[in-house]
Amino acid sequence: MTAERTLRHKVAIVGIGETAYFKRGQSPDPEYVLALKAILAACDDAGLDPRDIDGFSSYADDRNDAARLATSLGIKELRFSAMQWGGGGGGCAGSIANAAAAIATGQAECVIVFRALSQGQVRYGQGAAAIGYAAQAAPVIAGDMAFSVPYGAISPAQRFALKAMRFMHDHGVSQDALRAIALASYRHAQNNPRAIMYGKPLDSDGYDASRWIAEPFHLFDSCLENDGAAAVLLVDAARARDFQQPAAYLLAAAAGSGRRQAASSHSAPCYATGNFNEVARRLYAMARIEPREVDVVQAYENFTGGVAMALNEHGFFARGDANDFLTIDNLSAPNGRLPLNTSGGHLAECYMHGMNLVIEAVRQVRGQSCNQIKDANVALMISGPMVTPVSSLLLGSEATR
Amino acid sequence: MKTSYLPVGLPAPLADRQGPTAPFWKGLQDGALRIQFCRACNAVQWGPDYICNACHSLDLDWKPVEPEGRIYSWTRVWQAAQPVLEGSVPYVVVLVELVSAQGVRLVGNLLGEPLQPVEIGMPVVGVFESHEEAGTSYTLLQWRKMDGDWRC
Ligand SMILES: [Zn+2]
Repeated sequence: MTAERTLRHKVAIVGIGETAYFKRGQSPDPEYVLALKAILAACDDAGLDPRDIDGFSSYADDRNDAARLATSLGIKELRFSAMQWGGGGGGCAGSIANAAAAIATGQAECVIVFRALSQGQVRYGQGAAAIGYAAQAAPVIAGDMAFSVPYGAISPAQRFALKAMRFMHDHGVSQDALRAIALASYRHAQNNPRAIMYGKPLDSDGYDASRWIAEPFHLFDSCLENDGAAAVLLVDAARARDFQQPAAYLLAAAAGSGRRQAASSHSAPCYATGNFNEVARRLYAMARIEPREVDVVQAYENFTGGVAMALNEHGFFARGDANDFLTIDNLSAPNGRLPLNTSGGHLAECYMHGMNLVIEAVRQVRGQSCNQIKDANVALMISGPMVTPVSSLLLGSEATR
Repeated sequence: MKTSYLPVGLPAPLADRQGPTAPFWKGLQDGALRIQFCRACNAVQWGPDYICNACHSLDLDWKPVEPEGRIYSWTRVWQAAQPVLEGSVPYVVVLVELVSAQGVRLVGNLLGEPLQPVEIGMPVVGVFESHEEAGTSYTLLQWRKMDGDWRC
């Protein structure tokens, strides 16, 4: 008989660490120092000597090289280093899956998964370099982006607006549903002193009065741009109780994409999607749970429209029911049907490409959130809607073992 | 006189002779909309690639299609992402699916008033927009609404 091939309850997150979060360009530290600080904080949280780290995993072409980190930290033996393919934050949960797989198969013992961003050094997703052309007198652009940039569909907001507009049309989603997602993040951030938007509440009138960026996205439908770093420490679940914090066990992680999702010129057959239809199915199958068993969700907001897609594809409401489900009451901690982005998420806490959302999911199953859900035993984290590949993660408390 | 929908200074599509998209841009300069198909299995393929995604033949070719489509999605852009566009917002970006080649979609601009009503499903017809700028010449495919009440 062969062993079941799963990550369920094989690996645990035993440490979380993050720097202070800054507005873009405001970090006093260079990006590499931010990465080091977050890693040290995760080890300190767990009670692990950083020299005992033996692996690093990241995504989105993080610039802070694993071997260099191992040298800086005096690591005795680097056994595992992996980069999840794909841009944006689609790889966040996938990078945790990679680290977990390494631990579960005996390739490594203590793996740090991290993301560090200093957008004062390099601004993400903006500017000539980011979209693939040289800033020169007669600029040119090649490849896939040549199909959109000459027409002024340049920034992520402008390109994803096309996807969101079609999704709203196909599913009958109203602007109020997008607004509810934004308001939930801002509401939760008011209880989170670490959040960039702490002390800066947003109400419906403020959302409605905010300027359009690219229809259907208002200013408040877009993520922030920040400097900072965040890291988590993964170990074998059998060791999880040896560390000083309550463990968050991996129930499942899944990454990937649907058929032809990288078809250029916006020609994927299933276009108006967050790209989670296949990933979510595999995620729940590995975790052996149903969507109704999820207590709290941290869903990556690049834009609110992507969150609506992601929640639909993770089975929380049926096609056509978005407007009934996506209300500020349903999405608010502690008593909503599905509390969403309980640290303030990317709209109001910080845009750390999903890693701050992983940390908040850990806090919820530990019982340490500033918007704590009572008896939160199962937390879902969703990475990078609308890009390809994407990924998702389910964490469980000790009670799920 | 304004000769293009958006101002001069945005990046030009690079006519990379090695790239799989080069015949598309060359076609627009010739006043024709051409899409890729496989000579082995006859499948239409979009976006362009070096290999047939269906049968893996490398024997790919291009054929002309009518520049007619329907608005598959759209956005009205209010915040410029590049300095050159700052005086040109709002403007309308459309994603058009071709009538004669289902699943083939192209991004373009909807010519006319930026605040005109736009709806998914509206029929549009292509307009070739030539550019001669700083030593480069290229052609974009823009779109205008077809006349008449499209819901009839
Ligand atoms: Zn073929």
